[in-house]
Amino acid sequence: MRNALVDQLRQLAREDARIFLLTADLGWSVVESFAGEFPDRFLNVGVAEQNMAGIATGLAMLGYRPFIYSIANFAALRCFEQIRNGPVLHRLPVCVVGIGGGYAYGAAGPSHHALEDLAALRALPGMRVVAPADPAQTRTVVSAVLRQEDPVYLRVGKGGNAAVPGLDGRFAWNEPAIIREGTDILFLATGAMALESLAAAELLAARGLSASVGVMAHLPAEPTPELVDILRGHRAVLTAEEGTLTGGLSSLAGQAIAREGLACRLLCAGVTGRLAGPVGSRNHMLQRQGLDAASLAAMAAARLNQAPAARAA
Amino acid sequence: MAPDPVIIERVNGLASKIRRSVLERSRAANVGHIGSSLSVVEIMATLWGGLMREAGTNRPDRDRFVLCKGHAALALYAAMHHGGIMSAETLATYCADGTHLGVHPEACLEGIDVATGSLGQGLSVACGLAHGLRLRRSPARVFALLSDAECNEGQVWEAAQFAAHHGLSHLTAIIDLNGSQALGPTREVLNLGPMAARWEAFGWEAVEVDGHDTAGLAEILAPRGVGKPRVVVARTVLGKGVKYMEGQVAWHYLSMTAAQFDEAISGLEAA
Repeated sequence: MRNALVDQLRQLAREDARIFLLTADLGWSVVESFAGEFPDRFLNVGVAEQNMAGIATGLAMLGYRPFIYSIANFAALRCFEQIRNGPVLHRLPVCVVGIGGGYAYGAAGPSHHALEDLAALRALPGMRVVAPADPAQTRTVVSAVLRQEDPVYLRVGKGGNAAVPGLDGRFAWNEPAIIREGTDILFLATGAMALESLAAAELLAARGLSASVGVMAHLPAEPTPELVDILRGHRAVLTAEEGTLTGGLSSLAGQAIAREGLACRLLCAGVTGRLAGPVGSRNHMLQRQGLDAASLAAMAAARLNQAPAARAA
Repeated sequence: MAPDPVIIERVNGLASKIRRSVLERSRAANVGHIGSSLSVVEIMATLWGGLMREAGTNRPDRDRFVLCKGHAALALYAAMHHGGIMSAETLATYCADGTHLGVHPEACLEGIDVATGSLGQGLSVACGLAHGLRLRRSPARVFALLSDAECNEGQVWEAAQFAAHHGLSHLTAIIDLNGSQALGPTREVLNLGPMAARWEAFGWEAVEVDGHDTAGLAEILAPRGVGKPRVVVARTVLGKGVKYMEGQVAWHYLSMTAAQFDEAISGLEAA
């Protein structure tokens, strides 16, 4: 996803002289192509994320469209207050790019696990928080970011993210992209959990259960009519997010259900427990947290097998 | 080149008006941060009294000012008022319900580009402005006014490294070296000396000046190409101009009683 992001920026920068890429000394073998083609609109500020957020604020005041790039925790959490007092307070279109969302840097350890970024930045008024699911959707999101004027937090994976079948790069603010239609349950996923959710839906199909899958890349501050409509059409939803549950996708879905009085039951899959603990590959971490496809399918099946409607069927 | 004495006399007159307004508005609003506003009066008068080009306009090539020590916003508002940028009616709303003139500045007023109040963040924004203006081949200069204790913040030194590395010679930082911070003298809380040498070690041109000498400030702040960002270490007195406040840490936060206000104004008139 990070390569798709920088490549899309590079292509757009040929026509859009406002685009500016800043990095806090990360992005080896990723940012060089942009830096080479647009040396005047690239800055490696050194290992100084707080300063980078401030510089981007100043550049945006002059009409530039800065993208500030670092590993997710360093881009989002290290300079949270600088983002708040800069782009958010001044209503400037700075795009904070967080690389390696969730457990993408699994074995790198807890300092590199980005689990609170989506919830934390979603709490900032006027900030748009987006976690695309695959490289093609990342490209669409980058273009969409440049067509609006709010600050954005863009959380992407690392390298090697496979395409999500059926998504075909689709993205719209405020609404889930439906990539699979079903009747028993809705998997609602953000970021790289889309692929796990789709695989979980296929596992359920093999057991005779029919699941929809929606990709909610944009996590708006409030439930949107588009989200409410999709939840209204399902008896149950299983939200899947590679991060802590508080303030993220499950909170958003729960708020929608409660506010609208929907009959949709809510199951939440996300990261629980303390930060410290054994680490390993992303897949290992997903399994430990019950976020891999098999665990998601089992969670959904357990719920559906209890449900009166499912028993009657 | 020595500054024009006529200009200096005008700037000194401006400083007197700013100082009086700071006291009047503090008293009317019953709000503190008086000492830190009084220590920067001559710096504000010099910058807003003609040194900054097109200050207070929205022209793209205007000089920019970032009040990194946002808690001295009252001195900024008073300087903008007496510099003809802000009306008396607006200044009179200081800290009233519904005002845009809070203790720390918002960016919605013409002449104020950067909202501040959280120490350590302003110089980075100033660096972004300076870098972008240079890319656009603008002749604009960028001024950032920091407090001395603000240099406790690590981000200041991130920005200092960036400005030196990129040779932002049209960026000038001014340190209000009043030697006092919220809970005590800076030398006791976290010793910052020698201030100028620290900035020099970070690659800046550092100059020291009496922060209440407008002629000295005007000379030091005049444009000159040195290929480096410049820091002006301005030796100042907390609460300058009000005898019972001068150098007293308590006046970082205190507001004045009616009697204290009268005494302060009498002192100004006698001076």
